[in-house]
Amino acid sequence: MANNFARMLSSKRNVRILSLIGAGSLTAGFLLNREHVTAGAQARRVYPASAEYPDLRKHNNCMASHLTPAIYAKLVDKTTPNGYSLDQAIQTGVDNPGHPFIKTVGMVAGDEESYEVFADLLDPVIKERHNGYDPQIMTHPTDLDSSKLTSGNFDERYVLSSRVRTGRSIRGLSLPPACTRAERREVERVVVDALAGLKGDLAGTYYSLTHMTDQEQQQLIDDHFLFDKPVSPLLTCSGMARDWPDARGIWHNNTKTFLIWINEEDHTRVISMEKGGNMKRVFDRFCTGLKEVERLIQEKGWEFMWNERLGYILTCPSNLGTGLRAGVHVNLPKLSKDPRFAKILDNLRLQKRGTGGVDTAAVGSTFDISNLDRLGQSEVQLVQTVVDGVNYLIDCEKKLEKGQDIKIPPPFKK
Amino acid sequence: MPFGNTHNVLKLKYASSEEYPDLSQHNNHMAKILTPAIYERLRSKQTPSGFTLDDVIQTGIDNPGHPFIMTVGCVAGDEETYEVFKELLDPIIEDRHGGYKPTDKHKTDLNADNLKGGDDLDPNYVISSRVRTGRSIRGFCLPPHCSRGERRGVEKMSVEALDSLSGDLKGKYYALKNMTDAEQQQLIDDHFLFDKPVSPLLLASGMARDWPDGRGIWHNDTKTFLVWVNEEDHLRVISMQKGGNMKEVFNRFCTGLTKIETLFKDKGTSFMWNEHLGYVLTCPSNLGTGLRAGVHVKIPNMSKHAKFEEVLKRLRLQKRGTGGVDTAAVGGTFDISNADRLGFSEVELVQMVVDGVKLLVEMEKKLEKGQSIDDLMPAQK
Repeated sequence: MANNFARMLSSKRNVRILSLIGAGSLTAGFLLNREHVTAGAQARRVYPASAEYPDLRKHNNCMASHLTPAIYAKLVDKTTPNGYSLDQAIQTGVDNPGHPFIKTVGMVAGDEESYEVFADLLDPVIKERHNGYDPQIMTHPTDLDSSKLTSGNFDERYVLSSRVRTGRSIRGLSLPPACTRAERREVERVVVDALAGLKGDLAGTYYSLTHMTDQEQQQLIDDHFLFDKPVSPLLTCSGMARDWPDARGIWHNNTKTFLIWINEEDHTRVISMEKGGNMKRVFDRFCTGLKEVERLIQEKGWEFMWNERLGYILTCPSNLGTGLRAGVHVNLPKLSKDPRFAKILDNLRLQKRGTGGVDTAAVGSTFDISNLDRLGQSEVQLVQTVVDGVNYLIDCEKKLEKGQDIKIPPPFKK
Repeated sequence: MPFGNTHNVLKLKYASSEEYPDLSQHNNHMAKILTPAIYERLRSKQTPSGFTLDDVIQTGIDNPGHPFIMTVGCVAGDEETYEVFKELLDPIIEDRHGGYKPTDKHKTDLNADNLKGGDDLDPNYVISSRVRTGRSIRGFCLPPHCSRGERRGVEKMSVEALDSLSGDLKGKYYALKNMTDAEQQQLIDDHFLFDKPVSPLLLASGMARDWPDGRGIWHNDTKTFLVWVNEEDHLRVISMQKGGNMKEVFNRFCTGLTKIETLFKDKGTSFMWNEHLGYVLTCPSNLGTGLRAGVHVKIPNMSKHAKFEEVLKRLRLQKRGTGGVDTAAVGGTFDISNADRLGFSEVELVQMVVDGVKLLVEMEKKLEKGQSIDDLMPAQK
C-alpha cells in the first residue's frame, strides 16, 4: 500500500502548493492519516521490553506520567520510516527527571512521522501539556491574518518591547534530534535560499555560525540576537546539539526587526521584534514575513510541516499548533508585588518569565509576559489574548498607582 | 545508541561528501586520521549490534579538542567496533600508542610475583599508591551504545561475581540510584564516589544516558579494592592504599582481577580480550592493559627543575594533579603514573612506575641538599 509519506518524501519537488490565504482557512493540505504511516525497520532488541523499561520513579515530566510499561512494550520495537525509535524520543525525559515544581515535556520528535508512529504516547502527552487538547478528535485552527488584531498598541510608559516568535520545520527532512549532517545542511540551504529572496523592509543577511567573523559575532551579541550552543541538558540529551556549529546560523533583516534562527532547537525559529509597544506592527511583520518565506520555499518545491490535527510540527510537543509565543517586556512594579498577580496571569492565560527568557528571573520589576497556550487556538487568537491581557495588567498597575483596588478577571474562555 | 544513527540507511541517500563532518577547527586523533575516502568506505558499515561510523566519531566531531592536548576523538560501542572500523581505528591506535602496528601482539602479564621491588617506596615522599584498569564483559555493548537492559545485565552479572569474593576481598555493592545519604557521604569522604560525567568528551559519546540507572560502586570492607560499574567502561577496577607499598597494591590488584575473571568464566562469559589489542575498552586510549599505576608523591623541588619534563619523558611517566586527569598539582604533590597502556604488559608498566618513582624521590632528596641530579639522569626507556 503506497503511503502518503513515501509519495510526499519522494516527490517533494512536485508537491501541491499549499496556499495559506489570510481568510484563515486552508485551501489544501496534507493530512497525516495514522493508518497510512508504515513504520520503519525493526529496532535492534536483545532484551524484552520489561528489561528495557526506564526507571521513572523519581521523574516528574509529561513523558514519565504517561509512559506505562504497556505503552512502552507496544512502541519499543517500532521506528519511523527514517529509523527514529521510541528510546531516542524519550531519552531526554529519562535523563532529566525534572523538577518538583516545573513539569517539562520529557520527549521530542525526531521527524514528522514520530507524531504518528508514537501517537499512543504523544497524544496523551500533548493532551496534558496543551490543556486538554485531544489530537484524536480535535482540529487546530491556523490564522495568520494580522489585520484582525485589535488594540495592539501598548502604553509605552509600561511596555518596553514587543516580540512574536514561532518555529517552522521543512517537510521531508528530519528534525534536530535526529537529522544527519547532510539533512541539516540541506535545511540551511533551503531556508537561506528562500530568505535571499526577501525584499523591502524584509531584505537581510545570513550569518553562518561557522563562518562568522569576531566582529559580526560581537554585533550580534550586542543586538541580543546571537544564540549559543545549548547547554541545558534538557536539550543536549535529545541529540540536537550534535556537530555544533555545522549548518547553524542567524539571519536578520537590515532594520533588525525580523530574525530567523536556523537549526537551533528547530529547523527555523522566526522572530519579529521591536522596542516599544507596537505589537500590531510586530505581528503584521511576523505574518507578512512568514507568508513570504513560505511562498519562497514553495517556489522551489518545499513546504512546512503542518497538519490539521497538530498544526505546525516542531521538535518539542510543547510548541505544536502555532508554536507561537507573543510577549512583551513590561514594567509592573506595583502589580508584581500584589499577591493576586499569579492568579491574574493565570486567568488571563498568560505566563511570566524573566527578561532573559525561559528559566531566568525578572530584573527589577520588568517581566516578560506572554501567552501560555500554543495549540488549539489560532495565531490571531493568541496574540489577541496577549494584547487584551497586557492591557488589563497595565490597567491594574495604573489603578494601584492611584491607590485604587484591582479585580481578578474571570478565567479566560475561548 | 547516540542519536541520528539508527537510520544509517537514511544517511546513505546523501552523497558521502554531503555527510562528511567539518573538521577544519579540530585537533584530535580522529580528525587527524579521518579522510573523505575513509569516511566513504566505512559509512555504510555497522557492527552486528548496529554501531555505525558516525557513532564512533561523534564525540570527536562535537569536541574539536585543544591546541595543546591531543584527545582521541572516538569510542567503541562494542567489541566488534575495533574490527569493522579498523581502517580508521588502527592508524589512530598506532598514533596514540607510540607506533603500535596492526600486526603487533600485546602481552598480558598479571603475575605480581614478576614485579621486582616496589615495596619500599619512601613513605615520607610517596603518600599513596594506586593501580587501576578497566574490563569489559564479552557479549554486551559498551557504555556509548548499550541499552538499559544490557547495562542492567552488566550490573547484575558484575555484582553477582563481586558478591562471591571472600577474605580480604569481601565487600559490598552500592547502587547509585539506591544509595542513602549516609552511604553517599561516606563514599565521598573515602574518595570513592564517582559522579555523573560532566566532561563533554564523555557526554557526546552517549555513555551518560539513563544516569544513574545500572551504575554503582563496589568496595571491599578494608577499602583497598574498589570496582566502578558502568561509568566510562563496564568495570573499572582499582586497588589503592596509603603509603608506598606498590607491591602490595599490585598483588591485591592481580589477585582480585584474576578471581573476578574466574568468576565470570564460571558463568560462561569472559572479558573482552584479544591477542592484538589486549583488553578491549570503550576508549582506544585504554586498550592493552588499560592500566594506570600511579602514586601521589611530594616532589616540590624536582617538579620545579628545568629537566622535570625530560626526566618524565625518558621514564615513560606522566604527571597529573592530585584530582586526576585535567587537574593541577597541589603544593608540589603530583600524581605520577605510566604514560603507556598498550604494547607493554601490566608487570612491565608497574615496574616502570616503581623504578621511575624511586629515581624521582632520589632526585628530590639530592635537590633538597642542593646537589645536582645530572649524574642521575636516566636513559630513554
